[in-house]
Amino acid sequence: MRPQVKKTTFCPGCGAGIITQALLRAIDELGLTMDDCVFVSGIGCSAWIPSPLLNADTLHTTHGRPIAFASGVKMGLPDKHVIVVSGDGDLSAIGGNHLIHAARRNIDMTVILVNNGIYGMTGGQTAPTTPYGLTTITSPYGNAEHEFDISALVVAAGASFVARWTTYHPRQMTKSIKKGIEKKGFAMIEAIAQCPVQFGRVSKQGSAVNMLKNYKQNGIRVEKAAKMDAAELQGKIVEGEFVDLDKPELISSIAAALQGRTGGNK
Amino acid sequence: MMGNQACTEGVIAAGCGFAAGYPITPASEVFNSLCKQLPKAGGTLLQTEDEIAAVCAAIGASWTGLKSMTVTSGPGISLMQENIGLAVATETPLVIVDVQRLGPSTGVPAVGMAGDMVQVARGSHGDYQIIAICPESPQEMFDMTVHAFNLAEEYRVPVFVMAEGFIGHMRERVVIPDESQIKLVNRKITQGGETSTRCDFLDPDVAPMPVFGRGFKAHVTSSCHDEHGTRNLSDPDVMHRYIMTPIQKILSKRDRIVEVEADYEGAKLVLVSYGVVSRSSRQAAAMARAAGLKVGTLRLKTAWPFPDKEVRAAAESADFVLVLENNTGQMYPYIKAESAHACKIDFLGPQVLGQIHDPQYILAKIREIMK
Repeated sequence: MRPQVKKTTFCPGCGAGIITQALLRAIDELGLTMDDCVFVSGIGCSAWIPSPLLNADTLHTTHGRPIAFASGVKMGLPDKHVIVVSGDGDLSAIGGNHLIHAARRNIDMTVILVNNGIYGMTGGQTAPTTPYGLTTITSPYGNAEHEFDISALVVAAGASFVARWTTYHPRQMTKSIKKGIEKKGFAMIEAIAQCPVQFGRVSKQGSAVNMLKNYKQNGIRVEKAAKMDAAELQGKIVEGEFVDLDKPELISSIAAALQGRTGGNK
Repeated sequence: MMGNQACTEGVIAAGCGFAAGYPITPASEVFNSLCKQLPKAGGTLLQTEDEIAAVCAAIGASWTGLKSMTVTSGPGISLMQENIGLAVATETPLVIVDVQRLGPSTGVPAVGMAGDMVQVARGSHGDYQIIAICPESPQEMFDMTVHAFNLAEEYRVPVFVMAEGFIGHMRERVVIPDESQIKLVNRKITQGGETSTRCDFLDPDVAPMPVFGRGFKAHVTSSCHDEHGTRNLSDPDVMHRYIMTPIQKILSKRDRIVEVEADYEGAKLVLVSYGVVSRSSRQAAAMARAAGLKVGTLRLKTAWPFPDKEVRAAAESADFVLVLENNTGQMYPYIKAESAHACKIDFLGPQVLGQIHDPQYILAKIREIMK
């Protein structure tokens, strides 16, 4: 933590604290130091996890763009672990294009996408992740739009590693963040997090404790979910690791292509 | 050599380490040739999903210590605006080559027009100061691209090379000097120490940069911040410094930055222009002088910071200032503001928008004014 930072900006009960712990434990358990990492974030509550909290190189950027900035950082510092921490609005709404193209390129970075299902910082507006039918400040008659399955989207876009865990499962989340950091390729951990102040209120789930209980009750492992039909999965949060594969990473691929050409083996 | 190719040679000669781009006419040739040439010169590239990502990636790479650039045209600049503001706010060295085209909107891709002269200086929200320079030939596409990197590195600011489609696609002889003859500037890097006591930002004499990856624990945010990079949204003094110091950083050095070509001694009428129009302006002035008319020229090699003193001096020495621009008068209000107190002033766009001014057409206007 930056020594000069004396307080966080998070509301009481926010899931950001659990995710911060999971991230720092992952870095520590991997034997890395903060100087081995560069953190990039965008706009939204969870973008404040790395900046200003973490005592490391941090780049706090505009709304939706952290993955685009992080791509430049990674190309300049291929030996560092580039870690993006930002929200569902930032990375899947305004920044959705950068998310899918970074996954498609398979550039080596770890994205922790904090999904609270709503725009928290701006006062509880409907997000692409807000459940169908939920009443919010911008959906006063109920949300008429369907929600994004971000993990499925990023798997389809070609990521090397994709996992989803709720804040009720911090140990599993930590383990997946470790795998994501170690993965040579694009890795995303979708961290479902409670926002009692906004989401908790409109969903009538109430306090952080109730929301965590809800995660406990409705969380279901991907392996088990595979054997269930759509009706059974209604209201469930499918958790686990959706993809974990090895395929050529962008920067290594660029180097290999250049090597091939200069080697004159055409 | 084509102007856009000369630009690529300039990018390489300047020691650029990273370029990002997205295809767009009439700028594509720069990124196309960089894709082939930059890796051989030790640099890397990223063809991004859009121009937003291009400018973001270039800014990210600049923070790793690499000289970075992107290249585009008007529609791309429009998309980049938000993060041009971020580059200003975070004091990031960055070169943006703008091979301008006919607008508004998608307009005419292959026809050059100086359509972005104001949007590069004023297009992102808030108050700020960038540097923009205007080549008039393929040779200057090389020279000014190198110069743009030097300015960006020296002042930690985005620098725009304001080419037009005409110059980008023009073919002329270009002399590329020997490497030893090219002066290069590299940014100052911080000596380290604690982030909480170190001055990483907001120094009117340009703070050394705490680039990433060297253990400096740089705290970089585009939100209002103090000298250490610490976000501050409550102290009015910090807000004032956050806006004013990056502006003063450039304006206090404007005499070292601003360049013009002045050739108006004894002239009653001064033609003021920049970019490709300056070629027509010089020829029209030569024709007028041959006909006994006292006509001079002032060419703005720098568009931003605006050459206010230089324009004022020209206006105060003459009876008439005629502004020539390949648009409907984007710089004209700024030139008029420095001239109207001293002499008469008028604007002359090209005979048909999107065409280069015909020197005969300029001469006819000169005769009309001076009769």
